[in-house]
Amino acid sequence: MAEIKTMQEKDMNDVTSRQRVAKIIGKILIYLFLAVMAVIVLFPFYWMINSSLKSLDEYRLSMPTFWPRHILWTNYRDAFTTAQLGRLFLNTLYVGVVSTLLSLVITVLSAFAFARLEFKGKNVLFAGLLATMMIPGELFTITNYATVTTFGWINTYTVLIVPFLVSIFYIYLLRQNFLQIPDELYLAAKVDGTSDLKYLWTVMIPLSLPTLISITILKMMGAWNSYIWPQLVANDEAHRLITNGLRNAFKEASGDINYPVQMAAVALVSAPLFLVFVFLRKYIMKGVSRSGIKG
Amino acid sequence: MVESKQQWKAWVYLLPCLVLLAIFTVWPIINTVRMAFLDGYSGLKEAGGETFSIGVANFVKVIQYKRFLQCLKTTMLLCLITVPVSTFLALLISVALNSIKFLQKPLQTIFFLPYVTNSIAIGMVFAAMFNIVGSFYGTENEIVVTAGIVNNVIEFFGGTRVNWINYGSTYFANMTVMVIYIVWNALPFKILILLSGLQSINKQYYEAAKVDGSSKSRIFWRITVPLLGPMLAYVIITGFIGGFKEYTSIVGIFGASMGPAHDAKRLNTMVGFIYDALATNQQGRASAAAIILFGIILVVTLINLRVSNKKVHY
Repeated sequence: MAEIKTMQEKDMNDVTSRQRVAKIIGKILIYLFLAVMAVIVLFPFYWMINSSLKSLDEYRLSMPTFWPRHILWTNYRDAFTTAQLGRLFLNTLYVGVVSTLLSLVITVLSAFAFARLEFKGKNVLFAGLLATMMIPGELFTITNYATVTTFGWINTYTVLIVPFLVSIFYIYLLRQNFLQIPDELYLAAKVDGTSDLKYLWTVMIPLSLPTLISITILKMMGAWNSYIWPQLVANDEAHRLITNGLRNAFKEASGDINYPVQMAAVALVSAPLFLVFVFLRKYIMKGVSRSGIKG
Repeated sequence: MVESKQQWKAWVYLLPCLVLLAIFTVWPIINTVRMAFLDGYSGLKEAGGETFSIGVANFVKVIQYKRFLQCLKTTMLLCLITVPVSTFLALLISVALNSIKFLQKPLQTIFFLPYVTNSIAIGMVFAAMFNIVGSFYGTENEIVVTAGIVNNVIEFFGGTRVNWINYGSTYFANMTVMVIYIVWNALPFKILILLSGLQSINKQYYEAAKVDGSSKSRIFWRITVPLLGPMLAYVIITGFIGGFKEYTSIVGIFGASMGPAHDAKRLNTMVGFIYDALATNQQGRASAAAIILFGIILVVTLINLRVSNKKVHY
């Protein structure tokens, strides 16, 4: 009797230790999979930096070096001058900052109206606005191109800023945030005789600061990454934005491309995005993930 | 009295928004429909006093146009390959990330990194990586232009190099590069959404399943996937919508020529077709194509909603 019991215990121990081994192997496989995927995800960034520091001769070696033998910082200087990045940076920064500020004002006012004020047709109007989000932007571009031409806006900063000041998505995002602020605060403020604008400025804006920061970052990144519209309406040297400048400076047609310099230019254009990512990741992720979950 | 004052005030708050929307959103919608149904409409010709008859000629022309069918084919192919592949990979990565504690945050950060990149800029990095070892245009007396790391790796393992994107490359090779780039680009958003979905699943379901002695794969298909249904539907819908609007990632790799040097526009997409029609002052044709694009997006969204509503059990 006692023997049988120990046999059973031994079996049990075997099973649990086998399970433990299986579990450990499973964990190792999971980490291995994630490590491989992480390497694949990171590789283009590594290759960009690695290539940007090489000489052209070293870059062309049939057996590539995984770290430059001689680090060539001058590629970055050359990239800056070849692609005239300075001017492009300033243009993009100007368009980004102005359009973000104006867009924030419009978004805050509209979101406030939709969240706090009562007026006829509010829900119908809001639903109508949300419905336009389904329409692909290209459909608007055809007419907007004609419109801005009529306005005489071609090759100005205005054409890069004004047509995109209203984003239904941002209004929606901020309205959701405003709705979470309790009505009592608003009513109390009304009793105190606080004006709507003052209430908006002193209560609602501070309480929804994270959303406003998310909107700011997404809007700035939008200016940094926009390509199609600027290419169409403001591709002169004075107003060209960074992405267009980068693509135009290194056309395939120009034949013998100095790839290290090109990679240096790409790295310079990507750098601000990385900085934003490192310091403000939380806000980007919040803005991005909320784009659908709460709907 | 107070109420009517508030009404008035609300419209003042909304004024800048509504004025801009009227000019840049509402008018374009009306005008696009108008232009699409005016046969052979062109803004230039209209300014010259020409009139157009109402009809569906633009749509007929677009559908019969070979270039458009080529664009539609490329767009569809990219969608049908990249959306399932990136969704499945993102699901695997999310489930793996969700099952670990050590290093979870740093790995999460790494996987989100491609999201904040400029798709033209990183497209140029991919183009450099997939470059050929040899000449660019296939002409004689040409210097060896560059080496691409992908071909270096292939040759290192004894394979023959592939002409991925340069002069003389095949459509298949071009599409392979595009699929890899688009999937790479699409992963972070999907992982972000799916992981946050996984983290909000109640742990009790898993404990109950464990008590029942369900196998791992059973738990995955019977608990994780159904409970993740809404998130999956969301990333698939947005994936398809983004896929149908694919354009800049191709510009990133191939430049504005949208194809290898010997066959420009080979990889043109629906959006590219619209811009080409716009550039040649054929607004009627561009509008018709834009409406077709909208129609496709609408149908895909509706089908997806239908399917996911049926599949999701709460």
